[in-house]
Amino acid sequence: MTDTPVRNTRVPDMATPLWEYAPAPESRDIVTIDSSYGLFIGGEWVEPSDGTMFKTVNPATEEVLAEVAQAGRADVDRAVGAARKAFGRWAKLPGAERGKYLYRIARIIQERARELAVLESIDNGKPIKETRDIDLPLVAAHFFYYAGWADKLAWAGLGPDPRPLGVAGQIIPWNFPLLMLAWKVAPALACGNTVVLKPAETTPLTALLFAEICRQADLPPGVVNIVTGAGETGRHLVEHDGVDKIAFTGSTEVGKQIQRTVAGTGKRVTLELGGKAANVIFDDAPIDQAVEGIVNGIFFNQGHVCCAGSRLLVQESVHDAVIDKLKRRLGTLRLGDPLDKNTDIGAINSSVQLDRITELVSAGEQEGAQRWQPECDLPERGYWFPPTVFTGVAQSHRIAREEIFGPVVSVLPFRTPAEAIEKANNTPYGLSAGVWTEKGSRILWMAQRLRAGVVWANTFNKFDPASPFGGYKESGFGREGGRHGLGAYLAGGVH
Amino acid sequence: MARVDVRKTYKLYIGGKFPRSESGRSYEIRAADGGFVANAARASRKDARDAVVAARKAFAGWSSATAYNRGQILYRIAEMIEGRRDQFVAEVAAAEGLSTRKAAAVVEAAVDRWVWYAGWTDKFAQVFGASNPVAGPYFNFSVPEPTGVVAAFAPQSSSLLGFVSVVAPILTSGNTVVVVASEQRPLPVISLTEALATSDVPAGVVNVLTGHVDELAPHLAGHMDVNAVDLTGLAERDTVELEQRAAENVKRVVRPPSREPDWNATPDPTRIMAFTETKTVWHPMGL
Repeated sequence: MTDTPVRNTRVPDMATPLWEYAPAPESRDIVTIDSSYGLFIGGEWVEPSDGTMFKTVNPATEEVLAEVAQAGRADVDRAVGAARKAFGRWAKLPGAERGKYLYRIARIIQERARELAVLESIDNGKPIKETRDIDLPLVAAHFFYYAGWADKLAWAGLGPDPRPLGVAGQIIPWNFPLLMLAWKVAPALACGNTVVLKPAETTPLTALLFAEICRQADLPPGVVNIVTGAGETGRHLVEHDGVDKIAFTGSTEVGKQIQRTVAGTGKRVTLELGGKAANVIFDDAPIDQAVEGIVNGIFFNQGHVCCAGSRLLVQESVHDAVIDKLKRRLGTLRLGDPLDKNTDIGAINSSVQLDRITELVSAGEQEGAQRWQPECDLPERGYWFPPTVFTGVAQSHRIAREEIFGPVVSVLPFRTPAEAIEKANNTPYGLSAGVWTEKGSRILWMAQRLRAGVVWANTFNKFDPASPFGGYKESGFGREGGRHGLGAYLAGGVH
Repeated sequence: MARVDVRKTYKLYIGGKFPRSESGRSYEIRAADGGFVANAARASRKDARDAVVAARKAFAGWSSATAYNRGQILYRIAEMIEGRRDQFVAEVAAAEGLSTRKAAAVVEAAVDRWVWYAGWTDKFAQVFGASNPVAGPYFNFSVPEPTGVVAAFAPQSSSLLGFVSVVAPILTSGNTVVVVASEQRPLPVISLTEALATSDVPAGVVNVLTGHVDELAPHLAGHMDVNAVDLTGLAERDTVELEQRAAENVKRVVRPPSREPDWNATPDPTRIMAFTETKTVWHPMGL
């Protein structure tokens, strides 16, 4: 046997790669984007009555992706009419048969998941890692889950005679375009309603592809109608006399307008609005896990998440340690091409949103908080914002009170659990909260006192079709997901 | 000249495989009109024991699969049967002496029944579980969990729909099962096992025995590694001795109905709960 000479090896520094970064882009060939899209009404593609179109752009490149029809009052009227016409037969269909259509849709979404994920990343700017591993699996699961409820409504405990409401007008945001569509459409259809859905103006493309999926599933015409457009289109839908129910996810400001508009009309409403969640880190928390949770809590989906952990409440004794680790972790995040499989932070969805984030961040500095951002090259074209941490934040600062809806976290220290509760609840919002501690009894003590619709303990931003989601206070009312989510679409009982 | 057809050998389904009976025995299966159809395997006591071993081995995986995953697999079974619809219609028609139209309705109902239970996997715990408002600083909740290995007797008349109506609710919560098929009409269910084997149902989750019910029942009812016994398929029989044997290790017993029910009726999800244990967890709330 010959002796192998022992080489003098250096222990590699794992934090500094020794190689050039090689991008791993997902191919966009799987997606075909038409140059222009009409409205999906009564199972057909129709042109808008006044011919108005608007453009949707790729926020990572500012490239125009397609022209999309802008639905006016007459178009919304036509869509509501189609939904009304389809309602009678759809509602009378045995639940098991309605369920089968939803199962078909779930299966087609699974089959076309990669295509939908790539299209979502292109139109929205979010990383393919997220659309592929989070949005799309949840979308399919949501349809699968509510498909099963369609013939079991009598067992839902929501009254002895569960009946559909009629035509639901549904208005969804741009942060999770297809997932919010699923949260709206699946329970509505399962309960026997028909829908007119308005996707957000900056992210209409996956909803329009979903219309094709409805056709592949042979869903009866008019059961799902999709009208694209901006706020004005949404207003027509909310004001339409033929709509029995409005379901809205978006800003608290618009939510309040909707609640005012439907006053006295008898229309049922559910609202899923803004948030300013507290993510509370106790000194006995598993710090490394907590740091991952903080990162996931606020930098997931560029912080475009209504339940994002945008206020980080850290117990004073571990404050510096947590912030040091957080900064080190943020230095490893990769910002850039949403279609690159290694990208952690994608593009901000629109220039409007980028302006709002920029404005609030400068307000944070002006009011005296300390801004920190990792060294991070931003691409030249497109809308981008680096991950941002504010320390020295007071409760009175705008960045502690207003929803930024971007990758910006405001750190506030606390000493006692009572103080943590006081600060966490000191907001008009109440959508979600996080608690990090190794002590189970403290988790439950906190959960009991937090005025928020979802409390994550030693985790954050977890979603499941079986788990109800929705807010307290000005984060809205009504729940989406789980058995509770059926209540938003059933008559009978006081919901 | 007419082609001579290739006929199927009907075997047992144990641990994902299709063995003949270890006893080497078989028995004649006749169609509803009395004509010879096939020889089915006549399972022995040892086959039953092997089936219980396979079911026990599969329990850990099936019961810990997510409810969503179980639901998708049960739904997949429905897809597989629908794809072989004509075969099942012919077999049910022959076994039960039904017209093709009526047999088709039975097969469709069987498909829909899998879909119905597929939807329950991730819902029954929300309907039947609870958080309990105890008078103290405790978080207290109750969740149903699968009981374990279930021995079941499929209905004797309704060869396919009856079988599905008995087996699907047992699987929904995560139990594994050893089923004795209808003694005189086992063939549609043997074809069903071929669909199960290609539906991502893990090996051992469903095990099907064909043979003489009177011979197999005492062994299964008395088996110490079986947690529950479903006697639904033994309508109009004296099951006292079986229930007494079940008491040996305190099995959960679902007693037979006085007459075989109409399996077309909408099922009742409490059948899922019959094969579950309720677990209640206490946890203090406090600093």
